[in-house]
Amino acid sequence: MDIGLTHYLVLSAILFTIGVAGIILNHKNIIVILMSVELILLSVNINLVAFSTQSGDLTGQVFALFILTVAAAEAAIGLAILVAFYRNRGSIAVEDINALKG
Amino acid sequence: MKYELIVFLPLVGFLVAGLFRQQLGPRNAEWVTTGLLGASFLLSWVAFFQVTFGSQEQAIIVPVANWITSGKLDIAWALRIDSLTAVMLVVVTTVSFLVHWYSIGYMHEDPHRQRFFAYLSLFTFAMLMLVTADNLVQMFFGWEGVGLASYLLIGFWYEKPSANAAAIKAFVVNRVGDFGFALGIFMIFVLTGSVSYDQVFAAAPGLVGKTIHAFGMEADALTLTCLLLFMGAMGKSAQFLLHTWLPDAMEGPTPVSALIHAATMVTAGVFMVARLSPLFDLSPTALHFVTVVGATTAIFAATVGLVQNDIKRVIAYSTCSQLGYMFVALGVGGYGLGIFHLFTHAFFKALLFLGAGSVIHAMHHEQDMRAMGGLRKEIPYTFWMMTIGTLALTGVGIPLTSIGFAGYVSKDAIIEAAFAADGGAARYAFICVVLAAGLTSFYSWRLVFMTFFGERGDWAHGLSKAHGHGHDDHGHGHGHGAAHESPLSMLIPLGVLAFGAVVAGVAFRNGFIGAGFEGFWKHALFLSKDNHLLEEMEHVPALVSLAPTIMMLGGLAVAYQMYIVDKAKPAALARALPWLYQFLLNKWYFDELYDYLFVKPAFAIGRAFWKTGDGATIDGFGPDGISARVLDISRNAVRLQTGFIYHYAFAMLIGVAALATWYLF
Repeated sequence: MDIGLTHYLVLSAILFTIGVAGIILNHKNIIVILMSVELILLSVNINLVAFSTQSGDLTGQVFALFILTVAAAEAAIGLAILVAFYRNRGSIAVEDINALKG
Repeated sequence: MKYELIVFLPLVGFLVAGLFRQQLGPRNAEWVTTGLLGASFLLSWVAFFQVTFGSQEQAIIVPVANWITSGKLDIAWALRIDSLTAVMLVVVTTVSFLVHWYSIGYMHEDPHRQRFFAYLSLFTFAMLMLVTADNLVQMFFGWEGVGLASYLLIGFWYEKPSANAAAIKAFVVNRVGDFGFALGIFMIFVLTGSVSYDQVFAAAPGLVGKTIHAFGMEADALTLTCLLLFMGAMGKSAQFLLHTWLPDAMEGPTPVSALIHAATMVTAGVFMVARLSPLFDLSPTALHFVTVVGATTAIFAATVGLVQNDIKRVIAYSTCSQLGYMFVALGVGGYGLGIFHLFTHAFFKALLFLGAGSVIHAMHHEQDMRAMGGLRKEIPYTFWMMTIGTLALTGVGIPLTSIGFAGYVSKDAIIEAAFAADGGAARYAFICVVLAAGLTSFYSWRLVFMTFFGERGDWAHGLSKAHGHGHDDHGHGHGHGAAHESPLSMLIPLGVLAFGAVVAGVAFRNGFIGAGFEGFWKHALFLSKDNHLLEEMEHVPALVSLAPTIMMLGGLAVAYQMYIVDKAKPAALARALPWLYQFLLNKWYFDELYDYLFVKPAFAIGRAFWKTGDGATIDGFGPDGISARVLDISRNAVRLQTGFIYHYAFAMLIGVAALATWYLF
């Protein structure tokens, strides 16, 4: 069976959905949300690379590299914020983080 | 200049004592107001003799300022000085001056004396404005001014709830009358196009027989106008049906009762009818109404006065009754007679009130006569003054002559005039006033006997519960110790008034109602061509002339029998006729009736409008309702903001999905 564009796109969609579901359904740990965000970014990367290969345009793959870089930076900052937050509040449970509540 | 000074000096006194009461201190405020009033008093007597014995036929008009000019309506401030005004000027300034003087002694313990004297002067100014008015609107100004001053002075001791209630009652009942008075002024303006006396009186004869459409029927315009105006007089002069405020007004300090509620303000209604005599004389129906109301008041108030125990209330009902006499005199066409009784009554009634004040002062602010007795020996001067006042009020004089105390000369003349006049109203009035003369004598002597004769505590058995609620007590304890004679500043005014009560009748009879009538009144009072009342009055049968004296002696004899000889009699009589006693003691149940008819429904309507109309409807759908809805919505909006990130993320996702769906399909 030939692995074609459709398969990549389906994989990407599945990853995206898992990421979104992870954000919405997760009620435990804020780190899981960060991981879900990474998943979403990865699914986007897969999309970009798949289309890049399909259309023979390298721009998409260059973008994928950029996104990886940004995602790494984002993960670093996100985790740093989490550490700071934990020191302040003593908890990183999702249920406890609702300072925006009206 | 003299006339301006008479009217405006009291205003100056009011302003000085009122505005600078801190700087002046009580003593200076007393002297300033009393001094200015004294000047006004002297000038008034000068003016009185100049006007009434002078040769000027027409009224003197002193222009002061322009007030309102609007289209046809042209109202100016002006002082109209004629004989009628001159009489009122001396009555008002004399009593007011003496009351100011007396108050220096009577009020010497009160911490708010400056305010008191300022109010007294304000009242005097308003009353002078009323009597010197040259048009109906200016009179209305004075009319309302005295009402205001009366309200302020009745409620002078504002810490007492009863004084506040009495002040409000006086004001509200007067509003009823003033409503009629204002409508009457409107009517006059509609009919004559002017409110100035001269123009109204000139136009009045042309209005006879004219009708006006009112309440779906044709009414005689002049009669309706006069009745409306008389409604104002009934309110101010506490006539039957609108009398309920006067006895309650006794909550005020006693000098106030003497000045406002005996001698001057309450006679404003009499003055008004006399002033408007050219109008009233053209409407026989209105005059009959005046007669009937006056006669009913005279007898009604006298019956209530029989059983009251508060010394001031007895005199208050007596005032009410005497005002009825004045209206009877006016109603039968004896305008000069009504004013004559007003004049003499001012002296002896102010004397009685100030004497009562002296008794109250001596008794340490005890007003219940049952706690008194035997005061003759302790305060002899006051006793003699009160006796002179009583002799004048009951009408003691030499029968079949016109020599006697002031009340004898004027009151007996009214009774004779009521007999001499024609018509059913006059018959009714004659019977009423003759009976009332007997009742007057009884309650007056009852007052004297209970207060001054016997021993202290003779009547205390009726004083069962909660003794010691002196109506007048403000600050100091309730003494049963020896009564003490009042200071000289209170006794001198009593002496002056007593002099007036003795001689005022004899001295002025000729001018007011006698042969000198024309020369005295000039054109101030209206007399139609066929009005020979004053002449007919002289030729009534001897029995009629004797009737009041007989009634007076009868009343005295009964009072002597019941309150000196057989002291168990009054209580026994009250037990024998309990319903009658209760009926009189409760003032014919007028307060209860009005409470049931007007006060309660008014409260109910007020409460309905307040709770249902304003609270539930207007607030419910208006401000309160809107704010409640806003709160509901915002509360729900707040609930959307959970603060959980995943909720926001979910909302974003739904949004994105919806947008994508929208654009794709």
